[in-house]
Amino acid sequence: MKGKTFRFFTIAVMMGATLFLLAPLAIIAAASFSPTPVFDLPVGGASLRWYAAVGSLDGFWPALSLSLQIALLSTALSLVLGTLAGIAIARGAMPGAQAFSAALASPLMMPGLVLGIALLQFFRAVGLGHVWTSLLLAHVVVTLPFVARTMIAALSRFDFTLLDAARTLGCSFPAALVRVMAPALAPAYLTAGLFAFLASMDNYPVSIFLTDARTKTLPIKMLQYIEESPDPSIAALSTLILLATLALLLLADRAVGLHRLAGLAE
Amino acid sequence: MSAVAQAPARAAAAATPRRDRRAALTLALPALIVLVFLYALPLARLLSLSLHDDAGFSLEAYGRILGDAYGRSLVWNSLRLGLITTAITLVFGYPAAFGLAMSRGALRSLFLASLFLPLAASVIAKAFAWTILLRSHGAVNDALLLLHITDKPIRMIFTQTSLIVGAANIFLPFMILPIYAVVAQIDPRLTEAAATLGAPPIMAFLRVVVPLSLPGVVAGVALVFSLSVSAYVVPTLLMGENYQTLASAIAKAFLLVRDPALGSAAGAILMAIGLLVVVVSNRLGRASGRSA
Repeated sequence: MKGKTFRFFTIAVMMGATLFLLAPLAIIAAASFSPTPVFDLPVGGASLRWYAAVGSLDGFWPALSLSLQIALLSTALSLVLGTLAGIAIARGAMPGAQAFSAALASPLMMPGLVLGIALLQFFRAVGLGHVWTSLLLAHVVVTLPFVARTMIAALSRFDFTLLDAARTLGCSFPAALVRVMAPALAPAYLTAGLFAFLASMDNYPVSIFLTDARTKTLPIKMLQYIEESPDPSIAALSTLILLATLALLLLADRAVGLHRLAGLAE
Repeated sequence: MSAVAQAPARAAAAATPRRDRRAALTLALPALIVLVFLYALPLARLLSLSLHDDAGFSLEAYGRILGDAYGRSLVWNSLRLGLITTAITLVFGYPAAFGLAMSRGALRSLFLASLFLPLAASVIAKAFAWTILLRSHGAVNDALLLLHITDKPIRMIFTQTSLIVGAANIFLPFMILPIYAVVAQIDPRLTEAAATLGAPPIMAFLRVVVPLSLPGVVAGVALVFSLSVSAYVVPTLLMGENYQTLASAIAKAFLLVRDPALGSAAGAILMAIGLLVVVVSNRLGRASGRSA
């Protein structure tokens, strides 16, 4: 196989993968403009009525608000925990650092449903019946591996002697953290935060066991809409979420570059 | 870890001042508490619950899953979904990762966007899109009818094909990205060196590039298998009741029939599969990293 043929072949496969990966997103977006209550592709004429209908979906606003609260708070908590743990591991003074960092990443491989029922039974056993609190705690476990992986990698590359240098040059310790460490770690924070936030927003298998009839997160509500009365407002809602995600990704691309995101993500 | 490998690490730890070690442990403590109390302990409890019934220690729940044909079909359906999805995403994802690594400029941005955007979009939305695409009057059937490839709609939704297509679609980025992360770092001078030394291109690829890419393959395979073997949303939306897996059995046991022992046992089996993947992939990852 010559270099050129190989190049052409692999890029063609990636092109095929791109079309395959984007197909469902395109379909969702197209169906959201459907003029009729079935999922017709809008050949005759487009309609925005389903976007207007999103807001009046039963229980939509409380679910969105709950999901945002849980995602933002759990991401923030994970960023703090992950940074502290990352420093401990990166400085090399921590006994069993390798095992610890493997343990921090391992919930990523744990099936979500298994984690969900394990936490359900555990919270029951310790008498924690509050839905909001149990969701938040569970989502910290869901988001922590995303943050830990990125922060450990970034902190291992960070030169801690820079902090000493800044202090020698007259910076106070907090100022050194803000002016030296924060800029160096900003891309990692953005990547870690983005992935953690999205993982929490989209989580179904853990949340389903911890919610009750009145308090539901957005993904649970969405599956319920699809199963009970699928109409194009679900497609409109999905498109809106997609656009919000796209905006977040564009911001991330501006700030760090998607190729770095790809490298850091793994 | 072997005793030999531990010796230098222990020596290093002893050399570190105790104050530093205590500071490190203090920093790690919050995350450690979360890991122990919200992860290790609940999972250990799940395991112990699956080994108990009202009377005490019992393997009855496992017997109910592994002992009859229906229970075994749950395990087999989960494994089959995981294996087929992993195989398909590897076959397409491996060359695609090279294509991504070799692309430049706008093309690379498009490729990366196609990987991140679906990754960031809700699994529920994507699975739902496939139900629209594959319906008997969906886009795929309309196209086939229009092109006169078929004269009546083909039943696609709620078939195993639709399940595999949907699962491959959702998990493909998890295969491409880890392989890409490794492939992008392979020094192109290595293949040039192999060529200079007289290796034909195919030989240079098989003997130099493929071994170097193995850590990425191991990571991708482990990730896709562990995600797809326990997938819940995809089989539920694309197959409904026709394809019962361990994951759907867990959900049913806890949300519908209130049979926590059975659900815990199904959970423990999935957990064992997950742990096995972690252990094996760690081993393989280290072995492939060494040989490369």
